[in-house]
Amino acid sequence: MLSRCAIAAMALALLLPASTSAETQGNHAPEIKSQSWSFAPPFGTYDRAQLKRGFQVYKSICANCHSMRLLSYRNLGEPGGPEFSEKAVETIASQVQITDGPNEKGEMFQRPGRPSDRFRSPFANDQLARAANQGALPPDLSVMAKARPGGPDYIYALLTGYQPVPEGFQLAPGMHYNTAFPGHQIAMPPLLQDGAVKYSDGTAPTLDNYARDVAAFLMWAAEPKLEERHKTGARVMIFLLVFAVIMYLAKRSVWARLHHRDASHTA
Amino acid sequence: MAHPSSYQPKSGFERWLDARLPLLRMMHDQFLVFPTPRNLNYWWTFGGILTFMLAAQIATGVVLAMHYIPSEAHAFDSVEKIMRDVNWGWLLRYSHAVGASMFFLAVYIHTFRGLYYGSYKAPREVLWILGVLILLLMIATAFMGYSLPWGQMSFWAVTVITNLFSSLDMVIPGLGTTLVEWIWGGFAVGEPTLNRLYSLHYLFPFIIAGVVVLHIWALHIPGSNNPTGIEVKTAKDTVPFHPYYTIKDGFALVLFIMLFAGFVFYAPNFLGHPDNYIPANPLQTPPHIVPEWYFLPFYAILRAIPNKLLGVIALVSSIGILFFVPWLDTSRVRSTRYRPVYKWFFWAFVLTCIALGYLGSQPPEGWYLTFGRIFTFYYFAFFLLVMPVVGKLERPRPLPGSITESVLGPEPARAPPKSTSSRRVREEVA
Repeated sequence: MLSRCAIAAMALALLLPASTSAETQGNHAPEIKSQSWSFAPPFGTYDRAQLKRGFQVYKSICANCHSMRLLSYRNLGEPGGPEFSEKAVETIASQVQITDGPNEKGEMFQRPGRPSDRFRSPFANDQLARAANQGALPPDLSVMAKARPGGPDYIYALLTGYQPVPEGFQLAPGMHYNTAFPGHQIAMPPLLQDGAVKYSDGTAPTLDNYARDVAAFLMWAAEPKLEERHKTGARVMIFLLVFAVIMYLAKRSVWARLHHRDASHTA
Repeated sequence: MAHPSSYQPKSGFERWLDARLPLLRMMHDQFLVFPTPRNLNYWWTFGGILTFMLAAQIATGVVLAMHYIPSEAHAFDSVEKIMRDVNWGWLLRYSHAVGASMFFLAVYIHTFRGLYYGSYKAPREVLWILGVLILLLMIATAFMGYSLPWGQMSFWAVTVITNLFSSLDMVIPGLGTTLVEWIWGGFAVGEPTLNRLYSLHYLFPFIIAGVVVLHIWALHIPGSNNPTGIEVKTAKDTVPFHPYYTIKDGFALVLFIMLFAGFVFYAPNFLGHPDNYIPANPLQTPPHIVPEWYFLPFYAILRAIPNKLLGVIALVSSIGILFFVPWLDTSRVRSTRYRPVYKWFFWAFVLTCIALGYLGSQPPEGWYLTFGRIFTFYYFAFFLLVMPVVGKLERPRPLPGSITESVLGPEPARAPPKSTSSRRVREEVA
């Protein structure tokens, strides 16, 4: 009975991958290869050094156009993330100028950022962002790693997916050819190139590493409680497993009273 | 099942309360000693699982509501704030979102169980109808809840579904449009829409809880059906609900929670749609608007019909038809176990629902549409043709003499050796 029950549950669950894969099968279906990540379930954790490098890539390249408005500088020092030191977080925050106010004279003023500030957006509004990017709006990256089928795999594939335009492909002016992007035409130029960012921890400064590191960083940004989730999950699952065994044995012993015709059930 | 009360107040206080509000008597008679068929299998544990899921959804939902802001400008960000800054907020939100899926998984299994074992047949018609009503309320609640994060799929699902009412323009010009604008509270889906969906999303679970009370009441009048579908004949056919079914339901519930926890902790977004992590944008329609997995079969039925109004009618009928099942089924026996012909039609119906679920996730074109129409036809034919006709023509297999006989084999005089019989018992009971 139980196995039949489990099979039925699985059959229903099988409906779901079908529905998600359907999304990627649009026209010009991009091929998103699955990568191996340190944070993969069930026990994965983030690689601190990788997140730090990823932040460095974001800060020096991506942040020129892409906002991350849901994150605060303090997040960079919180457990389960890049875990920058308190001092480092203060330094990072103080490098940006934040518009604050109004002060007692009723005027807005500029001040250095604090850890409690949200990541400063590169553009004041979407219109300005479009005007600076030939009409294209660079999307906010706060939850990007959850907002596209494939998540970090997609981000990695996109950043490493720039290729020369194939013959016969009609590329609109100002666009770039990218194998991972739906439709293969993307407005974002391939700014991430070998050597574009200087790593200080000995990691090779290659496009492949940049893409991998920034994808991991964006995954953390989208899912900052992932480590806590995996850790809690392990405890909950162990508890439930033991609980299930106890319940099963208790159920068997209670029902054993019934296994004879003359047994009384009013025990 | 109506049975003489065996409650004995043990203390002065219990006697005092019993004369004023016999609450403890009711708990004792209806929960502890309630006579329940001894042969219920694990498919019967989903009633308890569903009660747990409703409680879990209300508990997590009430706390989420303390942090959520129902406004176009803040809804998306307030959900993210729950994920980032509220203590255990990620657990609350993922439990609530995955919980909706688990709730539907359980309710579909529960419904198919009722269909298979003929639990809707006399004298349980009202029990069944109340169940269908709960299903309808659940669908409405889940739909409204899905709108609250105000992501792209939230917004466009609301747009598509509320727009279905505009098909009434085909009946009386202007009626549909007026109704849709009334529902929206404006000329487009916006802040007033979000606010009313939020208000109703908070209200409906309590209506569900009320109907659940009626559902359980209606269950306790005739008592539970059982896999043989035959009535309880002697006291030997039953066991007291506690401890036999508290422990069995409890064990099944723990297993179900393991599945639930597996999704919450290791694949919380697997059942969702990535587009809902993009803030709602009324100016940008997603390439494919798909509902949550548990609505996909109905979505496939809606799109299988080329005419908008008829499509909406088919969509509503696909659930509404369940209300009439007690009178559509003409079979003399309840349980499909003893129905050699109907059995095949039943499993074909289960496959049809799964196939419609798959087709609902695909674009409505080419073969997808053709198959969508074939399966939609069978979906309705199952209720309107198979149930009345097969019930009349089929000759059921012989029923066991009693529930006890179905569990322990025929009377002892003719019973097979003890070892065989106890093995059979284990199969039936486990």
